[in-house]
Amino acid sequence: MIQKRVIATLSVVAAAGLLLAGCANPSGGGGTSGGGGSDKVDIPTIDSVDVPKDAVLPAGDGKAECASSLTIGYVGAETGANAALGINIYNGVQLAIDQHNKANPKCQVQFQKYDTEGDPAKATGPTTQAASNKAIVGVIGLPFSGESKATGQIFEDQGLVHITPSATNPTLTQNGWKTFFRALGNDSIQGPAAADFITTKLKAKKVFLVQDDSDYGVGLANATKPKLGSSLAGSDKVTTGQKDFSATVSKVINSKADAVYYAGYYAEGAPFDQQLVQKGFKGTFVGPDGVKDDQFIKQAGSASKNAYFTCPCIPGELIPDFEKAYNTAFNAEPGTYSIEGYDSATILLAGIDKGNTDRAKLLDWVKNYDADGLSKHYKWDSTGELQAPAVYGYKVADGKIEPIGTIGK
Amino acid sequence: MLDLVLQAVPMDDSWINFDVQSFIQGFWSNTFGGLTYGAVYGLIALGYTLVYGVLNLINFAHSEVFISGVYAVVFTLTGLGFNGDTPNLPLPALIGDLLLALLAGMAASAIVAFIVERAAYRTLRKRNPPRLVYLITAIGVSFTIQGLFFLWRGAQPEPSVILIPTVQVFDVFGGIVYNYEIVILVAAIVTMVVVDQFIRRSRIGRGIRAVAQDPDTATLMGVNRERIIVITFIIGGLVAGVGAIFWIMLVPQGAQYNGGFVLGVKAFAAAVLGGIGNVRGALLGGLLIGLIGNYGQTLLGAAEWSDVVAFVVLVVVLVVRPTGLLGQSMGRSRA
Amino acid sequence: MSTVNGPTLQPDPQAEQDELGREAKGRGVANSGAISRWNSLSRPAQWGVLLPIVILAYAAPALNLPIISTETAGGGGTNWDINLFQMSYYALIAIGLNVVVGYAGLLDLGYVAFFAVGSYVAAMFTSPDSPFFKIPFLWTLPLAMAVTMFFGVLLGVPTLRLRGDYLAIVTLGFGEIIRLLATIIPAVRGQVGFQNVGRPPGTITGSNGLQQPLFSASNGAPWYWLTITIIIVVLLLVGNMERSRVGRAWVAIREDEDAAEIMGVPVFKFKVWAFAIGAAVGGLTGALAGGQVGFVNNQSFTVQQSILFLAAVVLGGAGNKVGAIIGGALVAYIPNRFIAIAEFKYLIFGAALVVLMIFRSGGILAARQKLLAYSRRAYAFLREPAGSASDRQRSGARR
Repeated sequence: MIQKRVIATLSVVAAAGLLLAGCANPSGGGGTSGGGGSDKVDIPTIDSVDVPKDAVLPAGDGKAECASSLTIGYVGAETGANAALGINIYNGVQLAIDQHNKANPKCQVQFQKYDTEGDPAKATGPTTQAASNKAIVGVIGLPFSGESKATGQIFEDQGLVHITPSATNPTLTQNGWKTFFRALGNDSIQGPAAADFITTKLKAKKVFLVQDDSDYGVGLANATKPKLGSSLAGSDKVTTGQKDFSATVSKVINSKADAVYYAGYYAEGAPFDQQLVQKGFKGTFVGPDGVKDDQFIKQAGSASKNAYFTCPCIPGELIPDFEKAYNTAFNAEPGTYSIEGYDSATILLAGIDKGNTDRAKLLDWVKNYDADGLSKHYKWDSTGELQAPAVYGYKVADGKIEPIGTIGK
Repeated sequence: MLDLVLQAVPMDDSWINFDVQSFIQGFWSNTFGGLTYGAVYGLIALGYTLVYGVLNLINFAHSEVFISGVYAVVFTLTGLGFNGDTPNLPLPALIGDLLLALLAGMAASAIVAFIVERAAYRTLRKRNPPRLVYLITAIGVSFTIQGLFFLWRGAQPEPSVILIPTVQVFDVFGGIVYNYEIVILVAAIVTMVVVDQFIRRSRIGRGIRAVAQDPDTATLMGVNRERIIVITFIIGGLVAGVGAIFWIMLVPQGAQYNGGFVLGVKAFAAAVLGGIGNVRGALLGGLLIGLIGNYGQTLLGAAEWSDVVAFVVLVVVLVVRPTGLLGQSMGRSRA
Repeated sequence: MSTVNGPTLQPDPQAEQDELGREAKGRGVANSGAISRWNSLSRPAQWGVLLPIVILAYAAPALNLPIISTETAGGGGTNWDINLFQMSYYALIAIGLNVVVGYAGLLDLGYVAFFAVGSYVAAMFTSPDSPFFKIPFLWTLPLAMAVTMFFGVLLGVPTLRLRGDYLAIVTLGFGEIIRLLATIIPAVRGQVGFQNVGRPPGTITGSNGLQQPLFSASNGAPWYWLTITIIIVVLLLVGNMERSRVGRAWVAIREDEDAAEIMGVPVFKFKVWAFAIGAAVGGLTGALAGGQVGFVNNQSFTVQQSILFLAAVVLGGAGNKVGAIIGGALVAYIPNRFIAIAEFKYLIFGAALVVLMIFRSGGILAARQKLLAYSRRAYAFLREPAGSASDRQRSGARR
């Protein structure tokens, strides 16, 4: 009885194998679906970017003197599901502070981290604690838009300057907060630049727009849509944590689009791109800074070859000194927003070195700041929005994310 | 309340749009995609159905039994040199590797199912507590295993592994059928038939049916109830392991610590839809949940609808026809 | 209803006796002395003991002591007052869920949905981001209760006829549906959320000399005091309900639904009541939490959160409102105090659920049912002749 069953099972397995064999036999498959993509352009990568010559560095002149209790805070995700982004950022901050302290023996600035898990409901406790800690003169954070909305008023009440290295929701600067500064361009800058890049540089005639349900994705998609205009071939919405994209993929393929812009994060972007390619999509996949991460390549595998990214960030890995120092310190490549964290911390440290050692003075310093950082020129308008940050393009080449130069202002 | 909401808000972005055009356009590809994912739901649902049949317990930890298999499959394949590139192997080697991964996944899932049964449920059974205690334990076990995976592997999914080259086999009215879709569907049906026959015809299967129908009488008739329960858990685990390799075939980056949870709820919905305790119902329910999810998502225009529709179907089935579509419980099915 | 695995149908009387005996003995070692002493006190005397505890609770913001504080050396960690508020709202939500899970024995795995609805009611009627007409924040508390009660009935009526374990999965689904709808319905603004949610009136002179609202996101103490005041009121109401006909009906349903039905308890009606009351408390808590944070979006209303709430109830002892308070406070406090393990809270509380269920299914403070209106007198009477703990237990249970 049992034996019979085993034989039956084996034969079934064998049959499945045969089927696999029949299918796996590469009969020149595919190519019929997945839209145009015939006149695909190849944009060469660049090896280095122009680092601003007189970029302010955390080391300063090495002669700074300050009280040893002065502290810079990081408030944001350290643990939990959103930790990866937070680690990129506070490592950047840590690196800046370490370099500063090494070069300035008479000014040892402390670093204190507060964990919000990226959750607005949890963020008020750590933020209040940071704000009421009188030793803290400036804060890097909070990384996400939701938690930033929940806590901006707390910083405002305490007059504590905070620079967010990654929260891009445009409404954040419309609250009248005097202490909020954003170290990168918001969604309404990146969106149109991305649309422009896809339609002119990548020469895509039909663009399919996919957004996730995050604040970031929705804002970005809304900013991108008008600029795409008539090239918009269709759009769809996916959700955080989704793994099965078959419905969206079939929409994309039916629309005959030759490019997909995915407004969201890599956690969904990577499986989506991979499933697109698996089903024969031949066009390009374009993602914003939330997708531009080494994890995207790891998770999308060879499918990631069709990917381009837009990011209002300078490629930190192309600035050799920064890349090397970061790698030595943390045994990892700089990730998304590492350099924003580094630059933001540098701005605060430079202020401290110039003797702005209380909250009011440091706030004033940041407000009137006008100098180059490693990644871009930093000068804020009255709402805390950066003036005209550049948007850079990237692409996947040889399993790495390589920059292709600026794509718009 | 809802009227108030709808009036007060300018509907700049309609949230329910009956996008009939995309629905018709994508009907066939949605059908094939839905059936493929549905087949995997069905394989997971089988574990729920079997355990529910003999213990009357929703084994919430089954989603973690499944994800253990997924991790085993990914680790095995990574060890064998698979990665994010399409494998370029001679066919026998490819099939051999895949079989090895399949066995690893089945073994891992079965072992975890066995441990869960022994460590948690069996200890509980000795005390004979109210059912609430079982359910809370099941939820607790699910979270514990999830937490352990998080502790071990972190929040990021494992890098992707591609199992087989994708080939378009034929198309039906413009909807293309891919080789992996056929493989998964056929394998799911075969697995289901094997399990069904095993339960209907073998001695152990008879034991399972006996315990499902009436544990006391079965015990009196000389069925070793404890042994049957353990075997049931193991079978559920083995089938979840089969599901695991196909899940990785569909979603190469699917090994994530919490990747099983929503999948588990969907699979349970599938089991209920097909008729809980019914082996064939599990597959039928899985396929339907896969289809309904895809259709709903395309028609209503956002991916969230896929889950919402599945949950609504679950509630409606439970309220209107708690025995599911095929109804028959395992105990009453005739050999 | 209790067509559980065979043996439970006809519980072995010997096993039952052993079980009761063991539990009674186990409890005897831990706290039966304290509990019996507590029960032998008269009501006023009990109030006399409770009063210092209540005063202590109100004084907690001043008790920011080094070992227990969630603020770490060097000014890190979480603000103590806000931690207290978080503890208090977890305690309140545990009281609410305890009505559903502990009293009526209905496993609700989607309780966070009611919390979410409460938060959204508070947000939509006070936040300038919402197009609705606005009402003062304090009015949103009763409104949130009413709306969530409505949702509780809406969910309860079709599903409460289901068996216990189906109910668990349906509520799980409901919790997800609410979260997903919050994402896809534009009026609820998904992750973009509502900013500047309202707050109770009152101002205070801040440290910078400016007038600030008393109830601000950074000022945890007033929120905490408000919440524990609400907890005391809710406790009085729930306690009375527990001792009334309603409470006895719930216990009867929990212990054996079929028997309760046969004995003439309108099972369905009381199940819906339990659901609605639990929902209302959940909604109230949601509104409070939304008010303190000042920002509401769909991010925090996950299944994991539901399970944390459940862990709070089970940890403290399902069916025991004091236990629920302790459990809720612990579930909020532990991740705040021990930051190093905060990341693994789901693992820790998941494992705690399993271990508790296996070794002490009653939780920290196991519930003892006072099924009689005059239970205290009856217990006093029984204690005299019987003496042995297990006898008392059984005679109590038989009543």
